[in-house]
Amino acid sequence: MRTIRIGAGAGYSGDRIEPAVELAEHGELDYLVFECLAERTIALAQAAKLKDPSSGYDPLLAARMKAVLPACRANGVRIVTNMGAANPVAAAEATRTIARQLGLQGVKVAAVTGDDVLKETRESAAALDVGGTTHDLGNRIVSANAYLGGGAIAQALAAGADIVITGRAADPSLFLGPLLHEFGWALDDWPLLGKGILAGHLLECAGQITGGYFADPGHKDVAGLARLGFPIGEVREDGDLVITKVAGSGGAVTAATVKEQLLYEIHDPARYYQPDVIADFSQVRVEEIAPDRVRITGATGHPKTGELKVSVGYVDSYVGEGQISYAGPGAVARGRLALDIVRERLALVGVKLSELRADLIGVDALHGDQLSAGPEPYEVRVRVAGRAETLAEAMRVGEEVETLYTNGPAGGGGAWKSAREVIAVASSFIPQAQVAPAIQIVES
Amino acid sequence: MKLRDIAHSRTGDKGNTSNISLIAYDPADYDALRNYVTAERVKQHFGDIVTGEVTRYELPNIAALNFVMTGALGGGVTRSLALDAHGKSLSSALLNMDVPEAVRRAANRS
Repeated sequence: MRTIRIGAGAGYSGDRIEPAVELAEHGELDYLVFECLAERTIALAQAAKLKDPSSGYDPLLAARMKAVLPACRANGVRIVTNMGAANPVAAAEATRTIARQLGLQGVKVAAVTGDDVLKETRESAAALDVGGTTHDLGNRIVSANAYLGGGAIAQALAAGADIVITGRAADPSLFLGPLLHEFGWALDDWPLLGKGILAGHLLECAGQITGGYFADPGHKDVAGLARLGFPIGEVREDGDLVITKVAGSGGAVTAATVKEQLLYEIHDPARYYQPDVIADFSQVRVEEIAPDRVRITGATGHPKTGELKVSVGYVDSYVGEGQISYAGPGAVARGRLALDIVRERLALVGVKLSELRADLIGVDALHGDQLSAGPEPYEVRVRVAGRAETLAEAMRVGEEVETLYTNGPAGGGGAWKSAREVIAVASSFIPQAQVAPAIQIVES
Repeated sequence: MKLRDIAHSRTGDKGNTSNISLIAYDPADYDALRNYVTAERVKQHFGDIVTGEVTRYELPNIAALNFVMTGALGGGVTRSLALDAHGKSLSSALLNMDVPEAVRRAANRS
């Protein structure tokens, strides 16, 4: 029975570069997948594309491709990534240029399009998870992208693509695509599709399954985090899965690291909604079969819903923020006095805010006062954040923190302020039949 | 005893919903977790951080529980004013929950 090896070269857009090179050179891979698209990224990329039609794809695409293409070409490793963001066609063109610059001829780069459903969404009144409908958001909508499944990726690979670049696709689909292509799994073989989704789900956050985001000294120790190895999934034709990593790399693959990633961002483990299948992880078992080798069995799947999730980006508000630090005896009391002063000032000078948040970093900023008991810290950082309708109004929040220098409690230092537009993301659904993925291939 | 002494945890986020896994280091402690760390107790532990419901899913094969908490991320990751907008640090707050030693002893005896 055939097995293919898929490596995960990035778990988010800003992830480390060298672990992917290590995988391409020493991973004995068939595929290298880069998952680089967070919920909001595509909305921001859409805004960039409006200003410059040749932009709108991942800013690290060039750096990643330059780093891995030579080894991928030498070792016959095909690449799948969602670094296309809002502009997969331009990303494919840029990748072709890089391949040519590296002297690599005949590299076929496919762009998968069709996830952009902005027009349909603007014309619809689909219900949003945050309440209300897409119609209510009106012209505040800046992007709407349906989560594509693995089918179009498999088609691109069947057409001979060495590199497949998508926009919005469900993260596990980036891994399911190669499995569909290699093994010819039927698109209604729900148990197999569920197993494929499990492989994708475990691999998509890269280092989060090889000991990254796991260490807790004295309880969960992990060696070599500065040179963390990224994961490899060995997937057999019948869906059997082993997770491992390159020998000698940092980190660890254990039953515990796999279990944490198994439940990461999962709600009902028996119903993990994906474009191609409802995956079911409820009966999964995890077994350490050798050092840094973990076998995962028991995933299955149920018929898909026929609807695709749509990620809708919209201009939400403007957020202003200010921070300043206090130290030494009485630091907490001075920090609290500072917060009181800023609250009173914002009301006094009439800053119009729909929401205000005041925290003492080091005391209660992460979990509020109910959960935050402990001895008084040596230093605290005051943080005030407020939501406003305009950028100018939002800026006044940070200004009221900064003026604590000469007007507030004694010894405030390191004041800092910012204001930014908030592009928020909500989600809705669209019938799958209304979404038509397409493929364009260019060759170096 | 803290939950941290017998279990590990990771938080995930989707919109305004946070999920927190709770995984026994030793499968023998799974029953203690299941008996003691109920959805109600978790809801109470987080207090006003969780404005919605807490739902618990059980995964006995991997000795783990999964808590899904709605209305837990200040209106949603992409618009929250919170320092930790993703709520990634919430797993540490769950592991800080006190567990009476008797709960563990009773579960391990049965």
